[in-house]
Amino acid sequence: MSKVRVLAGTKKGAFILTADGKRKDWKVSGPHFAGWEIYHLKGSAADPDRIYASQTSGWFGQIIQRSDDGGKTWNTPGSSPDELKGPEGMPKGESNKFVYEGEVGKHLWYDGTQHPWEFKRIWHIEPSLTDPDTAYAGAEDAAIFKTTDGGKTWKELSGLRKTKSHLWQPGAGGMGVHTILLDPKNEKRIYIAISAGGCFRTDDAGKTWKPITRGLKSPYELPDPDAEVGHCVHRITLHPSRPDVLFMQKHWDVLRTDDAGEQWNEVSGNLPADFGFPIDVHAHEPETIYVVPITSDSLHYPPEGKLRVYRSKTGGNEWEPLTKGLPQKDCYVNVLRDAMAVDSLDKCGIYFGTTGGQVYGSADGGNSWNAIVRDLPAVYSVEVQTLP
Amino acid sequence: MIRVVLPFHLRNLARVDGEVEIDVASPVTVRAILDALEARYPVLRGTVRDHDTLKRRPFIRFFACKEDLSLEPPDTLLPGEIVSGAEPFLIVGAMAGG
Repeated sequence: MSKVRVLAGTKKGAFILTADGKRKDWKVSGPHFAGWEIYHLKGSAADPDRIYASQTSGWFGQIIQRSDDGGKTWNTPGSSPDELKGPEGMPKGESNKFVYEGEVGKHLWYDGTQHPWEFKRIWHIEPSLTDPDTAYAGAEDAAIFKTTDGGKTWKELSGLRKTKSHLWQPGAGGMGVHTILLDPKNEKRIYIAISAGGCFRTDDAGKTWKPITRGLKSPYELPDPDAEVGHCVHRITLHPSRPDVLFMQKHWDVLRTDDAGEQWNEVSGNLPADFGFPIDVHAHEPETIYVVPITSDSLHYPPEGKLRVYRSKTGGNEWEPLTKGLPQKDCYVNVLRDAMAVDSLDKCGIYFGTTGGQVYGSADGGNSWNAIVRDLPAVYSVEVQTLP
Repeated sequence: MIRVVLPFHLRNLARVDGEVEIDVASPVTVRAILDALEARYPVLRGTVRDHDTLKRRPFIRFFACKEDLSLEPPDTLLPGEIVSGAEPFLIVGAMAGG
């Protein structure tokens, strides 16, 4: 029977939640890397036992961890005795070394001046769809890095920061590459999104990038209605069967594009609030999408204190609230951008984590929900692996 | 042998318990201790000081013989008690405040 493995990154460590295909009885493993902020963990589609994790700390900086046994044991890549020596016999230990390529460059700062790029942390790791040793990492300050040796070393795809980056400006939450989508039908096409930076696409495997923001309107953040960069894109997602169709949860507005980002159209429809962070697509129904409305940019909690996932079966515009099993009063948690995921079992499972430490799961496409765990640290990210 | 005390999270990262003891070539300075520490525990590279600039990370402090040496030049000679191993060299995570 199939089983699922949910990977939860939290403010104080990583947790791994496993269940069989019924998704009723869960085992909880963790905290892994106790006391460290785990921004994101994600397993390789090519080798599900290979999991990458971004471990970070205000004191000690960035660490990359890797498991090759499904999360049972972890190592910093390249830390076996043989791997630690370079040609001169010196230790390498470079799995946490993220260096901007060439001249560091500058971006727009709060006071209108230009400010040098400063590496802070990795927000998101996206393993290759075909090669377990290849993965992409989204950084704050915004940049994308790539490893082809299982995380031992990382190299920036610096073309991204040549794309009008002098106009990128951090918001209060930092300026990070938080979403990386790999096109399953075109290995040279990658989409990325940057908070307060916008949305970009490469069609040449990361050499050059273009903003894909036509149709986005951000009148309260960007007075220029034609601004190509600077939109606060919170999350983008796609269904692997239709990679030219993307859905976006922006700072305000839910949008879709049917032409790989050339033109976006708003599909917020009847949502009670079109502010929010995560957005995801049903595993088997490419027009079924999920969001979690949040009251506003000033009030990062659900409208009326009711935690509701909204589902559209029409690719947007027409939304229905999903409430069964979710708290419908006195709930003031947030759901962060990387904290929703879907499994690919026959009855698609949906999972999301909250800043209140709950991880909720639905084994029936969102019709009903249960708390898998209730008292974790604030959940930063949720990913799920469907295992044979 | 130089005795080094690491903060909790770096001990976990390096998979060591308690103090670590490392050989450090003379002259014994903060830089020499960190060079030797990183050679012995490469996983600590980048966690105490920057990979390239070798500047101390902002919320790391260096204490020795009841003195805060964090702002001293990295090539300052350390006290004899550190060199002899009578006193440990402390790498400390600064208090979070709040």
